[in-house]
Amino acid sequence: MTVPMSMLITSPIFVPLLTAVLATLAYRRPALQRAISFTGILALLACAVALVQFAIEGRPMAVSFGGWEAPFGIEFSVDRLGAIMVLLTALMGLAALVFQIGDPETSPAGEPSKPFVLPLLHGMLVGVGGAFVTADLFNMYVWFEVMLIGVLGLFAAGSRLDQLEAAFKYFVLNVAGTLLLVVAVGAVYAVTGQLNFTALSEAAAFLSPGMALLLLASLGVAFLVKAGAFPLFAWLPAAYHTLPGPVLALVAGLLTKVGVYALLRVFGDVFAPAPEAALGLALEALGWIAAATMLTGVLGAAYHWDMRRILGFHIISQIGYMLLGIALGTEAGNGGTLFYTAHHIIVKANLFFIAAIAWRMTGSYDLRKIGGLANARPLLAIVFAIPALSLVGIPPLSGFWAKLIVLRETLALGHVAWTVVALVVSFLTLYSMMKIWMEAFWKPHPDPSHPLEARGLAPAWCVTIGLALITVLIGLFPDTLAGYCLAAAAEIGGAR
Amino acid sequence: MIWVIALAVWTTLLVGARLAMSRDLFRVVVGLALISSGIVLMLFSSGRVSSAEPAVIAAGEKVLPATAANPLPQALVLTAIVIGFALICFAFILVVRVVRDAETDDAEDLRYAEPAPTHAVEPPASPEGCDPRHPLDEPRTGGHP
Amino acid sequence: MKRRMNARVVVLETVVAPLYWIILAASVWILLRGHNEPGGGFIGGLVAVGATVLWGAARGPSSARHKLPFGDPVLLAAVGVLASAVSGIPAWFVGASYLTHQSFMLPLGFTELWVSTVMLFDAGVYLCVWGAVSGFGLGLLAIDDDAGDEGADAAAPRARATTKAARRARR
Repeated sequence: MTVPMSMLITSPIFVPLLTAVLATLAYRRPALQRAISFTGILALLACAVALVQFAIEGRPMAVSFGGWEAPFGIEFSVDRLGAIMVLLTALMGLAALVFQIGDPETSPAGEPSKPFVLPLLHGMLVGVGGAFVTADLFNMYVWFEVMLIGVLGLFAAGSRLDQLEAAFKYFVLNVAGTLLLVVAVGAVYAVTGQLNFTALSEAAAFLSPGMALLLLASLGVAFLVKAGAFPLFAWLPAAYHTLPGPVLALVAGLLTKVGVYALLRVFGDVFAPAPEAALGLALEALGWIAAATMLTGVLGAAYHWDMRRILGFHIISQIGYMLLGIALGTEAGNGGTLFYTAHHIIVKANLFFIAAIAWRMTGSYDLRKIGGLANARPLLAIVFAIPALSLVGIPPLSGFWAKLIVLRETLALGHVAWTVVALVVSFLTLYSMMKIWMEAFWKPHPDPSHPLEARGLAPAWCVTIGLALITVLIGLFPDTLAGYCLAAAAEIGGAR
Repeated sequence: MIWVIALAVWTTLLVGARLAMSRDLFRVVVGLALISSGIVLMLFSSGRVSSAEPAVIAAGEKVLPATAANPLPQALVLTAIVIGFALICFAFILVVRVVRDAETDDAEDLRYAEPAPTHAVEPPASPEGCDPRHPLDEPRTGGHP
Repeated sequence: MKRRMNARVVVLETVVAPLYWIILAASVWILLRGHNEPGGGFIGGLVAVGATVLWGAARGPSSARHKLPFGDPVLLAAVGVLASAVSGIPAWFVGASYLTHQSFMLPLGFTELWVSTVMLFDAGVYLCVWGAVSGFGLGLLAIDDDAGDEGADAAAPRARATTKAARRARR
């Protein structure tokens, strides 16, 4: 193990951790704090690109902390799956930080000043990065907790009453989820005596079907809470919409996807050698949960009129598609989930960014109180149309390919019911995107004297246009990403 | 011994769950703290209750004696306790602030982030002061009284 | 009538000055003892928190805040995390993985000092726990002080209590 490689594998936690600490130390000097946090996120981005490159080259990337080997030590290992997730994390972190430059709600120099938003953002990224590179089940729980603490801090940093209330609800429901995770980890350790992923997947083949089902179910429920799946998603619509724009986009883009990643890792990789009877039953259940998640999410979105809440419910709906890919239990299904996740993180964060721009121009997130954006800012309408149509799955945007890969595999395996649900949900998604289009962009603003312009939007435009370009590029050249995702799925190994 | 621990785990979990389902915010946090203690105890017993000998390498020795207790669950438990401690600390401050600002400790009355529906189809608008303050808001309301 | 948790207690205010340093000394002893025996940074840090919170209870949270190193619990905790994170770096230069702790004898001429990165890590944990938990504790004390000031008007809490009782009764 060469030294730079050892550094590189540690970087997804080390770089954001160092950035968070230094940004905290500089909390009385906003300019310095911003400089530190940009340096940190760019360093993380560089490390992530290197990780992806090495993962494509197939170099083994694993390191045990403190030289303690498993079962006592904690191992970090990076494969294609982990590497691309780290890359997406760094990319979204950069997007949120650039967007945050002109944001009146979270500016450290603003009034009232928010000196801890940037350190907390990086602290949250420590948890996200750690969850993607760890190869130890208990350690994964620790990173989920780090994420939770970071997000709670971000909620409480706003100190508006609704944000405090949201923080409390988020705390209670998520802590219930992490406690379930501890129970599951304890059960796994009690049964197998292992926590390391490699050791666990060796032990999984020797489990009795009943025991394997118990472990899969307990881990599955815990991660489903984190992913925001039906019927365990109550924390998401209760809290997300109270976050300020750039933070909301980052949190909405990344956090639930860590739950999806954990499920993919556990069901598609670590416990893939478990007895077929148990795994098959668990995946079948997951498939129906996925269908219910898609449907309930999109129905919730159809009800709401607040852009943040509509998009928040769409996260849940989209989580359903990702879970569906995992539930298929095949390499193509897992690859489809990864493709879908990558596409979704970019598109969803972008939609939240655009909603924040719309808020700054029109003065509200509530569709009943705003309008007139298509006339005032045709460019925003185009930039909105790209991720919105991609979310629906219109060719040739990235969402079309993501849905195509997942649904083709679903049909190939003969799951007609799940496919029908997924197609119906696509139409309903189109409905709520049309609602945002008609209300925010097409109809005139209810208050004709509203100026429909805002100052300091240049960084925000860069971010949204950049992310829309990535969406278009993935749509035009889907082979690169799809090839990578299928290779990642082949690397972790499908169950069947 | 394992049955005593099992009984302790279940008692703690049940008491915690009872408190966590209360509508009183403080009781919810205390309940979650109790549940997490119960789960920590469960995690502790997941490494088998075998030996009362602490997992400390004696002075001059290099390896842990085989009769010592399994150190791994102890490390896991310590980590879980520390994290749980931090979260509960945070939650108490949060609850104190919520109770002070909302002037209620009843979870049912917390309707700021999610206002109660007033119409069968139309979702309610956000309550006053519960949306981000738009930079244009102040001068506009000031300009047109 | 003003009813505050931290009404002045003269005995406590007098005795807290020596007690503060005694408790801190004990916490440092626990931190150093943790190197080879039970003890260590976490528990030592908690003991140090005891000293800070005691000072806060006796002479007010803001006075206790200024008494902390760097005068700010947040900075103290950040320095602690920084020290712990940095303690793993030397391992990279000897080709080991992150956090593989190094130790060596430092010759001082008349004697040798045993130096290790574990000590730095533990000291970092100590400072982090001291800062973070003190922050929570002093924050709670400060909220209590605010509530005391508002509660000076004795009618307000009673009115609040009756509306709450009424709300309960409605259900």
